[in-house]
Amino acid sequence: MSEEVVLLDFWPSPFGMRMRIALAEKGIKYESKEEDLRNKSDLLLQMNPIHQKIPVLIHNGKPVCESLIQVQYIDEVWHHKSPLLPSDPYQRAIARFWADFADKKMSDLGRKIWATKGEEQANAKKEFIESLKLLEGELGDKPYFGGENLGYVDVVFVPFYSWFYAYEMCGDFSIDAECPKLMAWAKRCLEKESVSESLPDQEKVYGFVLQMKKAFGIE
Amino acid sequence: MAEVKLLATWPSPFYYRVVWALKLKGIAYEFIEEDLTNKSPLLLLYNPVHKKIPVLIHGGKPICESMVILEYIEEVWPQNSLLPTDPYDKAIARFWIKFAEDKSPAIWMVFWTNGEEQEQAVKDSLEMLKTIEEHAFGGKKFFGGDQIDMVDLAFGQLAQWLQVIEDVTGLKLLEASKFPRLQTWIKNFKQVPTIKENLPDYDQMFDFFTVRREMLLASK
Repeated sequence: MSEEVVLLDFWPSPFGMRMRIALAEKGIKYESKEEDLRNKSDLLLQMNPIHQKIPVLIHNGKPVCESLIQVQYIDEVWHHKSPLLPSDPYQRAIARFWADFADKKMSDLGRKIWATKGEEQANAKKEFIESLKLLEGELGDKPYFGGENLGYVDVVFVPFYSWFYAYEMCGDFSIDAECPKLMAWAKRCLEKESVSESLPDQEKVYGFVLQMKKAFGIE
Repeated sequence: MAEVKLLATWPSPFYYRVVWALKLKGIAYEFIEEDLTNKSPLLLLYNPVHKKIPVLIHGGKPICESMVILEYIEEVWPQNSLLPTDPYDKAIARFWIKFAEDKSPAIWMVFWTNGEEQEQAVKDSLEMLKTIEEHAFGGKKFFGGDQIDMVDLAFGQLAQWLQVIEDVTGLKLLEASKFPRLQTWIKNFKQVPTIKENLPDYDQMFDFFTVRREMLLASK
């Protein structure tokens, strides 16, 4: 059966990266279309009319929106290869909890670190490190959050690693010094082709953040 | 069957979502009331990360976050299914569940704020209601079709709590003429026997939130 898979994406988006990793892990061939978010395509507006955001997964012409939902969808449809969620319901609940935690904390706090200054930025940095330490605790001695292999939480969380250098530069702090175990985990993930091919270079992301700061008039 | 306990607080809408799911599937559970002004060692043990309710405790193991709990309940007790089996339909259901999670806090901001902040919250709430009215129903009686499903439970706040917020703040958000589909859905949702039998008492809720709102305004 022929499957047509299209991904509407934007290179620095951590949400897009999740899909790149998941599709690669499952060995799914797909067409990637890069969006210009200042000039959104008719296809994007048609496929995601409510949020008009990327990534959008289009499977045989039907759109799936929201990256956490897309990863679960991929996992269910291509369930015979590289399962991302565990099969036990309790372990699945734990994975969903931590994926939700990583998603909310990294998105919100990361943005505050590069886009704000003073007390707001200082509070964001503090909470960011606290969140990373909680995630380190959940990782424990496992090589990946998914155990011996990449799992749902790894796929959801590791894209933010490509933004860590930008956060460190904007926030003037070292994530490595505070969370060495987590940095080791990220590097371990990057040894996998599905991850290394999906994450942009950290310097490139920093350049993009500097452009955004200029565009929004943030010093 | 392993013991099921639910650590929660009246009249949290997140607590009621879990109650509805358990009751719809015929699962017996023990309710443990939590005092959020004086958090118990049990809550701190079972939800150290967020220290929030509800927490479902199944066979001594905790599950936190109401929508994570609902997905867990659906997987462990598949009878009276609350999600479609087709992966694409399931993805659409999850899209609306996420929409409910991300946008519903706006109605609580209407309750918790005043002045400019409240005006923005009203704007955000109306935008959310408009999107649901225009896009979420697809000509069906419930979000789940002929029967309620997890999407209906996720939007449950709009069925009773929204009205309390409107009555306590004096701000009308859900005008029947502007939101006919939502109005009809609320009527139908509250008539579903399991929901009808498991809604917090309206007058008690009104008094509870009136006191909260007065305390809030006094402190500003």
